[in-house]
Amino acid sequence: MSDTAATHPVIERLRAHLVDAVVESHAHRGDETAVVRADRYHDAVRFLREDLECDFDFLTDLTAIDRLKMKQKPRFEVVLHLYSSRHNARFRLKTRPENDAAPVVDSVVDVYPAANWPEREVWDMFGVRFTGHPNLKRILMYEEFVGHPLRKDYPVNKRQPLVEGRRIADDRPGVVF
Amino acid sequence: MAVEGQGQGFFTSRLSDGIAWARKWSLFPYPFVTACCGMEYMSVSSAHYDLDRFGAAWPRFSPRQADLLMVVGTISQKMAPILLKVYEQMCEPKWVFAFGVCTCTGGFYDNYATVQGIDRIIPVDCYIPGCPPRPETVLDALMKLQAKIQASHHSLTGGVRPPGRCNGSLP
Repeated sequence: MSDTAATHPVIERLRAHLVDAVVESHAHRGDETAVVRADRYHDAVRFLREDLECDFDFLTDLTAIDRLKMKQKPRFEVVLHLYSSRHNARFRLKTRPENDAAPVVDSVVDVYPAANWPEREVWDMFGVRFTGHPNLKRILMYEEFVGHPLRKDYPVNKRQPLVEGRRIADDRPGVVF
Repeated sequence: MAVEGQGQGFFTSRLSDGIAWARKWSLFPYPFVTACCGMEYMSVSSAHYDLDRFGAAWPRFSPRQADLLMVVGTISQKMAPILLKVYEQMCEPKWVFAFGVCTCTGGFYDNYATVQGIDRIIPVDCYIPGCPPRPETVLDALMKLQAKIQASHHSLTGGVRPPGRCNGSLP
């Protein structure tokens, strides 16, 4: 699927300006995607934002993938969906933090302020840390929550209630929980 | 007949029936609306289905002024302490509706974020299934609750909540 020699103007510019940053890329059916090294990720995002030929001025989404069961290394992949209102073009940028135990990538809040909450969500759900984020704390789960629920090794039946459960047997005779 | 504490005599039982009659026709719901079931709550409470026919139309948005807690919509683990606090702020006598399958059992949200039925937090009088429930189902539950209130013992010194589900035929 991955075509390391994809020819697309944005991918070409990215390759030309950030030498050795692009690990792989593909442009399958207009799905232009580039994977960059984690240490060049911030540079790549800034380039895509500021270069006038690219000019991706809108961060559509920032999310992550846990590739644990895809048996691929590194385990986590941070995905950016970008849109350029000037060129009416879309682009996907991915990066893979190398440390599987404590994945860390640079925050892009200074480039896209809209990345603030999505990066907090990725930290909350996947446990990927973003260095340079102004306020990296949980956004959906409560502070008492232990772990990151969208990780593939989070037990699917694990519950962490905030309120201690009451005995239901008084209400529902014959029902055992 | 003497007026005794447990209300077994003729006068107290008539008084209990009278209080029950008054209470069951003047329920003040507190709609604890968190999700899409709220649209169905709006439907059942407005003109077409008209909860006011049962004297239960006037929503009080303060738990201290309400006696029927309608939990309408998914309750997440993060929301659970808030729901418990709202319930504890209500004065006795008070009743609880689990409105929609999410509040009954968690519904299809069998996951890390959702309380698997609000009866794990607070006692529930009527379970209204459905995703969302039809307004008729809600009216049915309301009539069953009225039957439960009528069948319960009431004293002037404090409400007594008999345990168990409301099925309209409690002792």
